[in-house]
Amino acid sequence: MEWETVIGLEIHAQLATRSKIFSGSATAYGAEPNTQANLVDLGYPGVLPVLNAEAVRMAVRFGLAIGAQIAPHSVFARKNYFYPDLPKGYQISQYELPIVAKGVLDIVLDDGTRKRVGITRAHLEEDAGKSLHEGLPGLTGIDLNRAGTPLIEIVSEPDLRSAKEAVAYMKKVHTLVRYLEICDGNMQEGSFRCDANVSVRPKGSEKFGTRAEIKNLNSFRFVEKAINYEIERQIELIESGGKVVQETRLYDPDKGETRSMRSKEEANDYRYFPDPDLLPVVLEESFIASIKAALPELPDEKAARFVRDYGLSEYDAGVLTASRELGAFYEDVVQRVGRDPKLCANWVMGDLAAFLNKDNLEITESKVDSAALSGLVTRIVDATISGKIAKDVFEAMWAEGGSADEIIEKEGLRQITDTGAIEQAIEEVMAKNPGQLADYRSGKDKLFGFFVGQVMKATGGKANPAQLNELLKKKLAG
Amino acid sequence: MSAPAPTVAALSAGLAKREFSSVELTRAYLERMASAQPLLNAFITQTAESALAAAAAADAARAAGRAGALTGVPIAHKDIFCTEGVRTTCGSKMLADFVSPYDATVVSGLRAAGTVMLGKLNMDEFAMGSSNETSFFGPVRNPWSTDMVPGGSSGGSAAAVAARIAPAATATDTGGSIRQPAALCGVTGIKPTYGRCSRYGMIAFASSLDQAGLITVSAEDAALLLGPMSGFDPRDSTSVESAVPDYTRTLGDSLQGLTIGLVTEFFDKGLDAACEQRIRDAIEVYEKLGAKVREVSCPNLPLSVPTYYVVAPAECSSNLARFDGVRFGHRCDSPKNLTDLYCRSRGEGFGAEVKRRIMTGTYVLSAGYYDAYYLRAQRVRQLISADFAKAFTECDLLLGPTSPTPAFRIGAKCDDPITMYLNDIYTIGANLAGLPGMSIPCGFVEGLPVGLQIIGPHFSEARMLNAAHRYQQETDWHLRVPAAFA
Repeated sequence: MEWETVIGLEIHAQLATRSKIFSGSATAYGAEPNTQANLVDLGYPGVLPVLNAEAVRMAVRFGLAIGAQIAPHSVFARKNYFYPDLPKGYQISQYELPIVAKGVLDIVLDDGTRKRVGITRAHLEEDAGKSLHEGLPGLTGIDLNRAGTPLIEIVSEPDLRSAKEAVAYMKKVHTLVRYLEICDGNMQEGSFRCDANVSVRPKGSEKFGTRAEIKNLNSFRFVEKAINYEIERQIELIESGGKVVQETRLYDPDKGETRSMRSKEEANDYRYFPDPDLLPVVLEESFIASIKAALPELPDEKAARFVRDYGLSEYDAGVLTASRELGAFYEDVVQRVGRDPKLCANWVMGDLAAFLNKDNLEITESKVDSAALSGLVTRIVDATISGKIAKDVFEAMWAEGGSADEIIEKEGLRQITDTGAIEQAIEEVMAKNPGQLADYRSGKDKLFGFFVGQVMKATGGKANPAQLNELLKKKLAG
Repeated sequence: MSAPAPTVAALSAGLAKREFSSVELTRAYLERMASAQPLLNAFITQTAESALAAAAAADAARAAGRAGALTGVPIAHKDIFCTEGVRTTCGSKMLADFVSPYDATVVSGLRAAGTVMLGKLNMDEFAMGSSNETSFFGPVRNPWSTDMVPGGSSGGSAAAVAARIAPAATATDTGGSIRQPAALCGVTGIKPTYGRCSRYGMIAFASSLDQAGLITVSAEDAALLLGPMSGFDPRDSTSVESAVPDYTRTLGDSLQGLTIGLVTEFFDKGLDAACEQRIRDAIEVYEKLGAKVREVSCPNLPLSVPTYYVVAPAECSSNLARFDGVRFGHRCDSPKNLTDLYCRSRGEGFGAEVKRRIMTGTYVLSAGYYDAYYLRAQRVRQLISADFAKAFTECDLLLGPTSPTPAFRIGAKCDDPITMYLNDIYTIGANLAGLPGMSIPCGFVEGLPVGLQIIGPHFSEARMLNAAHRYQQETDWHLRVPAAFA
């Protein structure tokens, strides 16, 4: 039987506010345990939550960016359950009336086709603390620094049909929240993570299969692996006569498998109800309009502009708009060079990306900045050096710093465009290789390449390739 | 000074005229407090040392010319308010050793006004009770007859003021917890509009109903003390940004032309006949003062008790989840695992009434029951609010009984929670609608005080205090002191 996979993601993005969603404590990552938890975060008797307006603004930015309706009236609710890292015994979240209603996000699949993914809703909530076990034999430590950190939970429709689609969608959301500067996107620190709801059904079936929820996936690689494992597990189970049970599962990256955490029967009854300590969030249209006016150019808009204005392929435009910083870097190079945006794109996506990758650096940490790279590309465009030499110059710039011009001068890499000099080199090569010359002249056209190579070698690779071709053809013809 | 002055207003005047110092005054109250404690059990914690230090500081401020009306006036706080560095128990074993690291906004407001804290007053556990019998620290006794309950949950506050062992006390009211004990102890109680006083630092029972207020000898005293504890607090999103008037300024205003509504549903068959007579007598006084009286109906009001006993337990079941033995409060000995830690810490730390309400609340919020109970109760709550709103288009204030009967015997209703809950039948409506309410003494039945309830529209505290004050100028019920404490 052929099976179809159905996936929906719940993405948790930590909002980049300076203080927590309901208290004045700092949200910085990595502080000593419990140094960023005040009485409100600790859930002391008598304390009350007060909503952070910045978190609301950020959620509205996200909603507007996915074309969603922003709720003029949304409500915080309590999600009740006991856990030591949940100080109040309930999490303040949004349930029936979330701040962001239905929206959409387009993703580009591997075959270049576009797919529209529905977003059911996005709501604000507070994060819980962390339980610590390391270095505490037989004990559990509680660190409440993270308790009360603002999150936006972005819930997709069950529109995704493969692990690859799920990853493409998650990457798109990741790009978007960073464009909007509402989340730092740091997945190692847990700022961006997701739960995946996975089910399978016979191809063509309208009815959803029973789903399993895989919790807390914090890398794109884990999302792909966990989902693929889960798909296989469910298909095998069904094909061998078993039934998928609705449950929560955890992905173990060491073993590469998902494991049952708790079944539906063990699931908590969260007893959601509106939080009486917080007033409904009422947003004026003018407030929403002012946030809309201040939105940055979004990735899809930017990519479309790159295609239109710079003549890039959709693929290239997509790569160059993957982050706001990368897009800005590229545009700076284009503006400085002043022409050939395609060549600029090739350099940013090619050599530069490769070196960044090798040294594990972000675009903002690049050892060759946009001004320096544009200096190099300019020398290719004005034929001072060839593209091949440019690669060596770039490597030197990366290793030692300095501008392209400095390195070209120091190493004497300037391209030879003097016709006389090239002709002289050709004549010397012809004189040294009479046999090959005779063969060529008797019809062995393939030897042309041999002569090009010899002349390039003689000029240290600096001869202008176009000129060389032209002059060599003439000379060889005799 | 041996016999304490009757009112805060009189004490304030005495201090201003330097008839006595705050230290002398505080010492006198501390002595009364200590000697009355075995009889009444009104206090959970007595803070004599810090009281005398605060009194000395008040005297110094006065000497330096920096004294206000309340500088050096001793008061006591219900033990539901967090007080920095002082044990704050909420009447529970769960918090028997809890020392709060911060002050409630109401406490700091009254401290800033110069008041001196005598100690922390006994109360029903987590304010859940109508007789002060659910306190982990033992029942409070009614100063008018020590076999009787003082009412609850602010039983300590009412008994202390009635016995004049504290000139005034803070209290809280979720379903009648200020007004009912004020009635049963023959003192003045005011529950302001929901949102008038900050709830920050007031240990939550039912957040949408809880409101801080006062128990005092007179309406004038309440007017003096209410200002400093009122106003918007940025730490409580449900406190309201509405200007706080000088409540003393309008106390003496004429009641000529005031329209008083008598709610038909308040004068039902559950109301003790002798109590009803005292209420009718009080209404006559108002008529003599120039008020017009008319009958109004709030047809949904009889649903207030069942509505309340869904909404309040629902909120309490969630509010009390933080008492889990992990960070503060009672923790059981050597827990075997996490579940054991939760079950035993909470099982040992909470009393029977608190557990009953947590279970009820958990039930009404559960999947499958939420719509039938919680949501329906919220709808009825809207209907009750609408009844009141309609009534206030026809009258300025509502008058009626505070409680169906005078104080009852300690132990009489302990085994029957439903009968106990019906004690609040006349007070709960104001909480559900967020309205301000008062109870003022209006006579006695067989030696036990009877309270007259006043309910006003939102933020009509000044009007209520004015009406109460004018009545108290015509009567002296509020100045009566139980013989044992005279």
